Amino acid sequence: MRGPLLFSDIDTPGLTGIETYRKGGGYQTAAAVVGTRPPDEVIEIVKASGLRGRGGAGFPAGLKWSFVPKKTPKPKYLVCNADESEPGTFKDRELMEKNPHLLIEGMILTAWAIQANTGYIYLRGEFDYIQHILDRALAEARAAGFLGASVGGRGFTLEIHTHLGAGAYICGEETALLSSLEGYRGQPRLKPPFPAVEGLYACPTVVNNVETLMNVPHIVKNGAQWFRQWGTERSPGTKILSVSGPVKRPGNYEVPMGLPLSTLLNEHCGGMRDGMKVKAVIPGGSSVPLLPASMLGTGLDFESMVAAGTLLGSGGVIVIDEQTCIVDALWNITRFYEHESCGKCTPCREGTYWMSEVFARLERGEGRTSDIDLLYDVSDNILGKSFCALGDAAAMPVMGAIKHFRDEFEFHVRERRCMANRRAPGLTERQTEAVPA
Amino acid sequence: MSGPVSVSIGRDGPALEWPAARRAEVEQALARYPVRRSAILPVLWIAQREWGWLSPEAMALAAHTVGLPEPEVFGIATFYTMFNLKPVGRHHLQVCRTLSCSLMGADRLFRHLEQKLGVGHGETTPDGRFTLRRVECLAACGGGPCMQVGLDYHENLDEAKVDALLEKLP
Repeated sequence: MRGPLLFSDIDTPGLTGIETYRKGGGYQTAAAVVGTRPPDEVIEIVKASGLRGRGGAGFPAGLKWSFVPKKTPKPKYLVCNADESEPGTFKDRELMEKNPHLLIEGMILTAWAIQANTGYIYLRGEFDYIQHILDRALAEARAAGFLGASVGGRGFTLEIHTHLGAGAYICGEETALLSSLEGYRGQPRLKPPFPAVEGLYACPTVVNNVETLMNVPHIVKNGAQWFRQWGTERSPGTKILSVSGPVKRPGNYEVPMGLPLSTLLNEHCGGMRDGMKVKAVIPGGSSVPLLPASMLGTGLDFESMVAAGTLLGSGGVIVIDEQTCIVDALWNITRFYEHESCGKCTPCREGTYWMSEVFARLERGEGRTSDIDLLYDVSDNILGKSFCALGDAAAMPVMGAIKHFRDEFEFHVRERRCMANRRAPGLTERQTEAVPA
Repeated sequence: MSGPVSVSIGRDGPALEWPAARRAEVEQALARYPVRRSAILPVLWIAQREWGWLSPEAMALAAHTVGLPEPEVFGIATFYTMFNLKPVGRHHLQVCRTLSCSLMGADRLFRHLEQKLGVGHGETTPDGRFTLRRVECLAACGGGPCMQVGLDYHENLDEAKVDALLEKLP
């Protein structure tokens, strides 16, 4: 058993097929609930469980569902965010690849709770093969009567479709995802109105991450208190952490919320590769500030991470070793955001460009002493001033790195080289290609 | 890259048509949404699967199919990185360059491929066999360095593994 909950049976052979899934009790919860238990009851169970969004923001799922208006002439939609675009995160990919029916059952229960008759699973474009796995599972669920005109024969209609993106980090942001799903460029929209009120096609819409939805059948089946046996008071349940970088055993790990980061790295991942030491860890995907090695005792839950000056985010744990230059690592991240900025708002579009330029100057050995404050200043002028969270995501890691590793930035300016660098000179060229006329 | 391509001249319709084998797929895509334009990404994907890239004619066909102005479809196609706006080689090598893969040697791997194939980012070998490209995070960070060949994932790569992989590709 790789984990207590979502990973308890993840490696069961044949689990992608509906027969194996049903042998393990699959779809029993959906069959027992849809059309018999009041939708509000499902919302109340999930609210009481304290389940928080696993995509990055950590918003309470049940509360989000309760914002969907009960009496509305408009259709309602449930959208699964399977864009998984946050660098360092690869958990939803494994969850969907190995247990697609659990996602479908989670969506059936959630759709019943909010009374949505249509669901979409928005997959990042690279997940083409997962679309095939999900489409097969959806067809099986339909054939077994768990989707379609009358779910479980109880008169509730639900259709779920997959939708493939085409390469855009921003489409993981829920309003950009909805723009993309509607057939526009994937650019974010102003909130409010929030999607629960005006989302897809201006209709009430709930957008939930894959891992969030996969927790739902377990919670509805076993109850809120059962779910709370793991995790902390305010961050109940488990979290799947995707660990990457030079540890002995990178991969996905499901652990109780609140587990110290050091336990994850040393016990679950077997520590660092031989001869390497941790310099810093980015705990929640590339959008969050890094933690220096001295802070690895921090618990992997929403509150502990905030107290340590960072965020749990999507749970993408990127381990940076002592021989890696922090300036170099942050340049890599910064030009990621420069490349992925959708161009809608000025602080993010221009700010990420200029931060990249300043990093390039530092890397070329042409940095000025004032560049460190300049980077901080540009970040500060993006933070909280961009249209959506992408700008914050670009600014926060740079500010965190300057706070914890200012000496490496100063070294770069003074000595005109990296303080440490086992890597080849950075892959630095901008990636833009001219669009053919 | 195959299939019949019928070209009509005139201002009344697109210069390309969907080959018969693709029509059901296009209809299914349109049927999944209450609004026609929502099908633009699936329809562009079908076009790219059929012709290998999105030519102006293919984009015009997609625009006509979902009922959008051609410039708007051009705007959508250029927004997303996975649509090929010029022809690509038989094998599209897309090497992840974001932090996790970079920490595990993606930079070295990319330089190796550049030297081996004699092409740089966004370029195609003269024999049309390979297009090389750096891409951003592919959600395979635990298996870095990673690369997609077309839409297939290859993880935990190094120079020797990449060499062996390329040998096997037609």
